[in-house]
Amino acid sequence: MSNKYIMQVEKLNIHHGDLQAIHDVSMNFERGAVISIIGANGAGKSTLLNALVGLHKPTSGKITFCDENITGMLTSKITSKGLSMTPEGSGIFEDMTIMENLLLGSYLPEAKKVRNEQLKLVFELFPVLKEKEKQLATFLSGGQRQMLAIARAIMAKPKMIICDEISLGLAPVIIKDIYRILKMINETGVTLVIVEQEVKRSLKYSDYAYVLVKGRVVMEGPSQELPETEVSNAYFGIDKYN
Amino acid sequence: MNVIIQAIVTGLLLGGLYALVGVGMSMIFGVMKLTNLAHGDFMILSSFIIVVFLQHVTNNMFVALILTIIVMLFFGTIVQKFLINRVIDKGADSPLLVMFGLSVIIQNALFLIFGPNAQIINTELMRTNIVSTQMLSVSALHLVNFLVAVAIIVALTVIMNKSSLGRAIRASSSNIKAAELMGINTKRMYIYAMGLTIIVTCVAGLLVGSTFMYFNFTGTQYLIIAFGVVVIGGMGSLMGTLIGGMILGLSQLLGATFFGTPYQTLSGFLVLLIILSIRPQGLFSKAIRK
Repeated sequence: MSNKYIMQVEKLNIHHGDLQAIHDVSMNFERGAVISIIGANGAGKSTLLNALVGLHKPTSGKITFCDENITGMLTSKITSKGLSMTPEGSGIFEDMTIMENLLLGSYLPEAKKVRNEQLKLVFELFPVLKEKEKQLATFLSGGQRQMLAIARAIMAKPKMIICDEISLGLAPVIIKDIYRILKMINETGVTLVIVEQEVKRSLKYSDYAYVLVKGRVVMEGPSQELPETEVSNAYFGIDKYN
Repeated sequence: MNVIIQAIVTGLLLGGLYALVGVGMSMIFGVMKLTNLAHGDFMILSSFIIVVFLQHVTNNMFVALILTIIVMLFFGTIVQKFLINRVIDKGADSPLLVMFGLSVIIQNALFLIFGPNAQIINTELMRTNIVSTQMLSVSALHLVNFLVAVAIIVALTVIMNKSSLGRAIRASSSNIKAAELMGINTKRMYIYAMGLTIIVTCVAGLLVGSTFMYFNFTGTQYLIIAFGVVVIGGMGSLMGTLIGGMILGLSQLLGATFFGTPYQTLSGFLVLLIILSIRPQGLFSKAIRK
């Protein structure tokens, strides 16, 4: 455990058929940090994340998680190593109850062992889920869906959680609430990778940020040091980044 | 009046058997959105295998069934792993064609091995009546068919709704990506779902094979019955299948009573059409999404 980076991505290239979506992306995620990946629609964020969790096979490059090469590994295998992701649009199991969704979060044998303590933690963080535990997930509001997705992700007691487009379509007050909880989760030692379209919020809540434009990392650095206007320009594809 | 009571009782009991025939197909559809065109043939194949075991290995019906389940589980795993799982994410047509091809292969293989002769699994139950009055006679076989069918469908529902395995299978059918992210190997869940289906189908093969005569190509006939049951009950709903089977059995027998035996099948499917026009998603299916 000498490595200060929990995940390292080296020169990753990903194709969708003939189309290259990710070009030579390298990233280093520090253990215990909040890392933000900023990019517009079509910048390749989701493709990149899917590759990190093994849902999409990269063409070339290497992904290391906890000093282990996980490139091309099955998603179920990667998950068991302590990497969780909340998919874009929450990806909850709509036709199942809240409780069933949570139990599925601790499906793997390693996770089953910590099921009760994690369940307690989840209900502490999200009391609203406790109230509705017997309801079908399809009746949840947008914010509650994201909460359930995060709750389900921490059921496995992961070392790192990737949150894909967590604030998409949510009211500001709910977003604030979700970020507050994410901060609490981060304080327990979980590394967070947050993917956002909103520049200001991303920089505010993260320790380190990457800006992704057209499948390339065009800017990176400690979030406090990245100038917001520069990031916005890159994001909107203004001048030199195109 | 006696005739009608008799028709209702026999129809409901027969409906239980129909439900058992349909439940496997409903399960496969519910889990992997695949219409298994070889479902009837899987069942008839297991009927043939049971007879082989009964003739050459054992006299015990139960042992023969267990042996058949083992053989069929092996067969089902191979089909799922090397045929269906290879094509399941390549659109709806390919898996459908694969299953159709498999149906043709099974029917012709059975013809090559066993010839065109009619078969039946001999049981004592067939010749026993459990109720035999002037009003009503109920064959023990029909009653056993019904009870076993209900028990198996209830068991299957409990497994799917309450167990960790059932939850994982349902998760794989609800959202593949999210299920993978939970650490569930969705393709392996498909194999398990096929395994559960195969077990149920073997039991159906035993009951159907000892109730009615069958040939190498009888599978298609039961495929159509399974379709009827599943469509009435709602695709993917297990308890709906039970009700669907009973509705189909009841309407067949009542049709036969009122209009004569030739109209038995027709009246069953007329009721199916009527239900379809009123509730296209089936009686117990959740409302169609998307």
